Amino acid sequence: MSAHGHAPTITLEEATLPKDSILRKAPLLLAIVGIIGLALAYVTGGGDDGHHKQFYYSYVTSLMYWLSIALGGLFFVLCHHGSRAGWSTVVRRIAENFMITLPLFALLAVPLIIGMHDLFHWSHADAVANDKILQAKTWWLNSGGFIIRVIVVGVVWTIMSVTFYRWSTRQDEEGGDELSHKMRWAAPLGFLFFALSATVAAIDWMMSLDPHWYSTIFGVYYFASCVMMIMVAISLASMFLQRLGLLEKAITAEHYHDLGKLAFGFVVFWAYIGFSQYFLIWYANIPEETMWYAHRSTGGWEWVSLALAVFHFIVPFLFLMSRHIKRKKFTYAIGCLILAFAHYIDVFWIIQPTMEHFGHSHFSFHVADILAFVGIGGLFLAVFVWRTASKALVPIKDPRLAESLAHENF
Amino acid sequence: MAEKKIYGMLAEFDSTRAIYHACEEVRDEGYKHWDACTPFPVHGLDKAMGLPPSKIPWIVLGMAILGGIAGFTLQWWTTVIDYPILIAGKPMFSWPAFMPVTFELTVLFGAFGAVFGMFGVNRLPTFNHPLFNSERFQAVTDDKFFIAIEARDPLYDKRKTKKLFKKLGATHIELVEE
Repeated sequence: MSAHGHAPTITLEEATLPKDSILRKAPLLLAIVGIIGLALAYVTGGGDDGHHKQFYYSYVTSLMYWLSIALGGLFFVLCHHGSRAGWSTVVRRIAENFMITLPLFALLAVPLIIGMHDLFHWSHADAVANDKILQAKTWWLNSGGFIIRVIVVGVVWTIMSVTFYRWSTRQDEEGGDELSHKMRWAAPLGFLFFALSATVAAIDWMMSLDPHWYSTIFGVYYFASCVMMIMVAISLASMFLQRLGLLEKAITAEHYHDLGKLAFGFVVFWAYIGFSQYFLIWYANIPEETMWYAHRSTGGWEWVSLALAVFHFIVPFLFLMSRHIKRKKFTYAIGCLILAFAHYIDVFWIIQPTMEHFGHSHFSFHVADILAFVGIGGLFLAVFVWRTASKALVPIKDPRLAESLAHENF
Repeated sequence: MAEKKIYGMLAEFDSTRAIYHACEEVRDEGYKHWDACTPFPVHGLDKAMGLPPSKIPWIVLGMAILGGIAGFTLQWWTTVIDYPILIAGKPMFSWPAFMPVTFELTVLFGAFGAVFGMFGVNRLPTFNHPLFNSERFQAVTDDKFFIAIEARDPLYDKRKTKKLFKKLGATHIELVEE
């Protein structure tokens, strides 16, 4: 709070998308683009043998990319309530609108069940019959268990996101601090379910693509990307809304600075976790563990690995270090776009080398990768924009909104 | 005995609002050797005082780079040059193995830079300060806000400075001895 001037306020009108805004028509358009994108990806990603292996790999790559923002949104909201944060109140609704795409991802996970045989080597009974390692893992890696976990994870995400979203939007009408207390009470419980469900999703949908390999830190690795991506997504969405003339005074350089600090922190955390994972495997030098990295250091993948180190750590680390970069919208937007791009390299690098599982994997980028990215991205943004247009852009009656509007860093 | 040297002029204010505006005015008058003292951090006061950005980040950056280089070269020199031992059949220059220590020393030196750099910039430890000669200054840890303009400031003038403080709404003005 600065000692001069009046306490800033925001009215419901200022925090609502105008009736004639072009964004109100966008959800339908985005959804159509999304469905067409996925349909084209399915067509182009089909093989001569009638299988759609390429499609499913492109699909799961894009799914994990966009899912990280949705899961990050849930984590952001839980953190906000759990730590009784003040500064982030003004951007919390944006995080909630990302979070409320989780029910969509519960549906988008269903194709993983349909394409199970194209994706998961462990789902082939004949392969497991001749494989001691896979036999030892059947207690977890079996088709029935996988289907149940997809459903459970989807239900958990839907319940959590809808519950927190409803409480928050109900406070828009009722006001008062009762709902704030309720959300604060529920947040620690939410963390527990968030950690378990996100880890299960990361292990089942990404790590088990290479069923011989395992990393005990894998869930944390994906989590690091989720938190980094929600900071990037909130920042870019805020900048977009401000370009439309909304929330111009509400979201300031102070908020961008803090979001940027967290994005920077979690890109470093990602590097720390990523290197720890590599380091232990490199040190121990056990064949079934090192194979995972061997696949990623041959056949053109070594360049992807290098690009990952450069764009997911070295460049953003040096670029986003300065406070001036994070406080200027233009330079900070560049930083965000670098991270958004780097995250795609990351999921691509994890998922795609496993496609030619027992052949020699060569790096290739398929048109279905782009189409699936646009497809899931279209559906994801359709839900996001739809929710953005239906409710206030900030939690208008949150008791801590005034504190957030006046937020200042030292 | 010779007359004691004057350290500067101390003005007392009652509120954050008053000291904020007073700082802006003193800054705009062009004073260089002066400081504001408050019982708690007042957001935006550094801007009102016209303080330049902190030097600490640069000290931390320099120290962190130094720590990283020190940690890496220490390990490289000991394990590759001075006393090479083959470990686990890995190459002598196994840089991934050097990373944990390099990282830790980067953080350690960076932290040293932050703490001791802060001490240096704040001229700590300072065991006494002329402002403590003022009885009223004790209220700075309670509910009063102070601005002190030092006598060595080229713009300092007993009459003019006092007039400025009066104009800014100081509730008490006094001269503080060295």
